[in-house]
Amino acid sequence: MKLKKNIATSAEGFIFNPGTGDSFSTNPIGAEILSLLKEEKTIAEIIDVISAKYDVDQSQFEKDLDDFKSQLEDSNILD
Amino acid sequence: MKKPSANTNIVKKKIVVAVTALNAIDNPGPGVAVIRAIRECPDFDVRIIGLSYEALEPGLYMHDLVDKTYQIPYPSAGTDSLMARIIYIHEIEIIDVIIPNFDAELYNFIKLRDKLTDLGINTFLPDLDQFESRDKIKLYEFGQKHGLLVPADKVIYQVKDLKEAAEEIGYPMVVKGKFYDAIIANTLEQAQKAFYKIQAKWGLPIIVQEFINGTEINIAALGDGKGNSISVIPMRKLYITDKGKAWAGITLDDSSFIELARKFIKVTKWRGGCELEIMQTADGKPYIMEVNPRFPAWIYLTAAAGQNQPASLVKLAMGQQVVPFKHYEVGKMFIRYAWDLITDVGEFQKISGTGELQEKSKYDLNVSLN
Repeated sequence: MKLKKNIATSAEGFIFNPGTGDSFSTNPIGAEILSLLKEEKTIAEIIDVISAKYDVDQSQFEKDLDDFKSQLEDSNILD
Repeated sequence: MKKPSANTNIVKKKIVVAVTALNAIDNPGPGVAVIRAIRECPDFDVRIIGLSYEALEPGLYMHDLVDKTYQIPYPSAGTDSLMARIIYIHEIEIIDVIIPNFDAELYNFIKLRDKLTDLGINTFLPDLDQFESRDKIKLYEFGQKHGLLVPADKVIYQVKDLKEAAEEIGYPMVVKGKFYDAIIANTLEQAQKAFYKIQAKWGLPIIVQEFINGTEINIAALGDGKGNSISVIPMRKLYITDKGKAWAGITLDDSSFIELARKFIKVTKWRGGCELEIMQTADGKPYIMEVNPRFPAWIYLTAAAGQNQPASLVKLAMGQQVVPFKHYEVGKMFIRYAWDLITDVGEFQKISGTGELQEKSKYDLNVSLN
């Protein structure tokens, strides 16, 4: 899972695609995942970071992350 | 050794620029935006002369933008009466540059270009054949010739021809006027209704065009007349009015749009400002839906994004070298708004009665109602 190179994101969870003019917003966990994606973390690394930081069932988080990935793909945000 | 201090007493060139299309209404002309951009250019000290057709064009009353306005004859009056009026205005104002901004008036201004030059009035307009080649009526042929994607169309003069056009093009199709307006029709009845509506407003012919589904992108561009692009700014409409006009938009970073505009300018050797209306399909194909032979109403966004196209056009018209822009700000937005400008009947009377209007304080007309 890799963000397109020119995608702009903010700490508040705002996403801007300068190629299409589309903008989106995500919740704080989404914003954190985006920031990890910007650091080029792999899915496994993201799962590790979030699971260690929050009280979350790992398999549930994996499902949610998969959903989030689909949304990012639909929104033309990922490479 | 102390360095000499920079001379801050820079003398700016004083120029007089006449601009049309002051109708900053819900379907706005570009004039007010063009003036705003020119006024922001630090390279010249400008006096703006508004050229208006109607007494209620809002720009006439924007005295911080327009120094003086003169009414000019409607395009249908022809070139002789337009020229006579310009000579009159020029004797008073000594105009350096005229920027016409309406599609319907461009033909007359292009025809008068040499005569204007003889008077010392500069323009930066396309040639007549450049102007006509991108005409809606010839756009498909133009696209075929230059390898540009353009939707299939058919030019018709009679309502009965709609049926045959529909068989070729299919539904939905777009029924368009030769200057403005476009209506999507899903049935023959809808197409006939659209035909009559547009014919009543803009006359014949009517263009029936293939409907292309996708994302609408607009590109403002400035060509130097030698095939070079001075500036290209792509914008996506974020909010569209019921008349299809952008009420908000944002600059984009997509090299394919810039390359497309550069190709258009290169093959046409376009001189002046223009707007390409693009429909990008889901699979990324950019169809040219229309080429407007003048700046769009959102042109101030180009100045805000770092490429002041109207000011560059003034420089080109004055014979100055303009280096093509390389960078602009992506994600720069405009949001249009409505504002009730307050004036007095004295001003309205002045422009209606004399065909001229300048700053309010210059008049002494008091109207009191009991």
